[in-house]
Amino acid sequence: MRQRRWLIVLMSPLALWLGLLFLAPLATMVVFTFRAGSFGPEHDVFTLENYRTFFGNPTYSRLLLSSAWISFVASVLSILLAYPVAYYLAFQAGAHRLTLLLVIIVPAWISFLLRVFAWKLILGSGGLLNIVLMAAGLVDEPAPILLYSRSAVIVALVYSYMPFVALPIFVALQRIDRSLIEAASDLGGTGWQTFRDVILPLSMPGVAAAFFLIFIPTLGEYVTPLLLGGTEGLMFGNVIQSQFARALNWPLGSLMSLAVLLFTLALLAVFVRLVRLEDWVQA
Amino acid sequence: MTARAWRSLNLFYVTLAAVFLYVPLFLLIVFSFNDGATLAFPLSGFTLKWYRELWDTPELLRAAWNSVLLGAVSSVVATVIGAMAAVGLMRFRFAGRNLLIMAAMLPLVVPSVVLGVTMLMGFAQINLPLSLWTVGMGHVVINLPVVILIVMARLSGLDANLEEAAMDLGATYLGAQWRVTLPLTLPALFAAFLTSFTTSFDEFALTFFLVGSEPTLPTYLYSQLRFPTRLPIVVAMASVVIVGSFLTVVFTEWLRRRGETQQTNRVDSLAGDPAIDGRRPGPTMRPNAPALGRGSTPRGGK
Repeated sequence: MRQRRWLIVLMSPLALWLGLLFLAPLATMVVFTFRAGSFGPEHDVFTLENYRTFFGNPTYSRLLLSSAWISFVASVLSILLAYPVAYYLAFQAGAHRLTLLLVIIVPAWISFLLRVFAWKLILGSGGLLNIVLMAAGLVDEPAPILLYSRSAVIVALVYSYMPFVALPIFVALQRIDRSLIEAASDLGGTGWQTFRDVILPLSMPGVAAAFFLIFIPTLGEYVTPLLLGGTEGLMFGNVIQSQFARALNWPLGSLMSLAVLLFTLALLAVFVRLVRLEDWVQA
Repeated sequence: MTARAWRSLNLFYVTLAAVFLYVPLFLLIVFSFNDGATLAFPLSGFTLKWYRELWDTPELLRAAWNSVLLGAVSSVVATVIGAMAAVGLMRFRFAGRNLLIMAAMLPLVVPSVVLGVTMLMGFAQINLPLSLWTVGMGHVVINLPVVILIVMARLSGLDANLEEAAMDLGATYLGAQWRVTLPLTLPALFAAFLTSFTTSFDEFALTFFLVGSEPTLPTYLYSQLRFPTRLPIVVAMASVVIVGSFLTVVFTEWLRRRGETQQTNRVDSLAGDPAIDGRRPGPTMRPNAPALGRGSTPRGGK
């Protein structure tokens, strides 16, 4: 039958590519969690030592949780900051809507590395914030403000992801049937009541999608903390990265990767349960 | 508070948000013209020397060229594989279809650092040396889900009967794809290619683990961030990238919207099924033109 034959032709490149370059490496990682070393004879020795190291040292799981906390705070903050922007775009911007939307999302397309780096020009000593505060007489000397801290990481994460967060909220607000809002005000609802009882609940799929869009990628983030976090702002991604870039302990690094992956998937499973899958795919 | 006052207040807020989004980029551009060796205020005069030095740094230009090639090749591969898969997923009903969609979307939710280290170990297992090719293979993996989403979105807005009609009129399956589906999805393929290209051009988190001796632009920039004397040149490069990305995005958006209107006109006259049109999902991170159209229709009718 022609149908079956063409289906195989259409799907096999994808299946091969993902199988060989995505699933097989994932399997390699799982195997590596049982290996005694990255190279040489130890590579072929299988052990549970890595699991003992990982679970024996509470620092790792604590760091995973504190990274998740950083991601969570950054996600919530960017949603709170982006919601009014999305609201304005959807309900108040009128003819300028599309232009404004472009204004909001264009920064998201500009080099991530450089956008993070730019925050050094703001937070560093002799940075913009320092100059402004000195001019205002609040600070006396050039000194870094917030730089190399958890707050710096959060600020930069919020900055990097805010455009992505605004978008799904905007789409959700845009989808709301305008007659529902009219009905609410016809029935005597004040602006605030209409927002609280009609608009906000109906925009929740967008908010959930936005949360998902920032929380998941920032969980494994290592670039922002590397540039701005110092020791206090370290995240779990940094420990993984250093196992491969510096310590060359691939087995332990694999186990950490597996941990963050399972953690991510578990959270994802909770999300999917809370929000119907289609909602976020569409957003 | 009146609606009008509320609107002005919110406009003020949106302006602040826009300032927040643009100040860091603006600062990079300002410092690229600053005649001083350190990236700190106060500014010490206007100069173009960083741009001259930029031009005299062959490694940087080489890294930029590497990134262009890498982006072009990996995006073509991702677009072809992803588009084929999207046609298969949208036009065929088969067991395991939903599972396959889930699997294809999985790279979206795996942290880049994890993707990077798993592929690094995978390549080490088969003794494949790291190079721009290994980076490219990784970039295809992260771009595939996005391509599939964009192309599936366009296909769901097209009537499958168009292909059927072509085949009823004597076209082979391949002929129908080539002469009906391909032209109709061309704007989406182009958007998918450009989205992949911009992602690939900017990708660092995964690239870092897979790059060999030949740097890409982001890995080169990263290596330079450690040398304070090189920073002004990096900032000049950044300004070029900012302006370049800005123009690319505006151009892509312009193309996409043009494609969208053409598409809608053509398809509406042929199919015009609001149930299908209404469900057309917009790919992630892109302004959703169908949603805009739908939102404005009821108000337009008043």
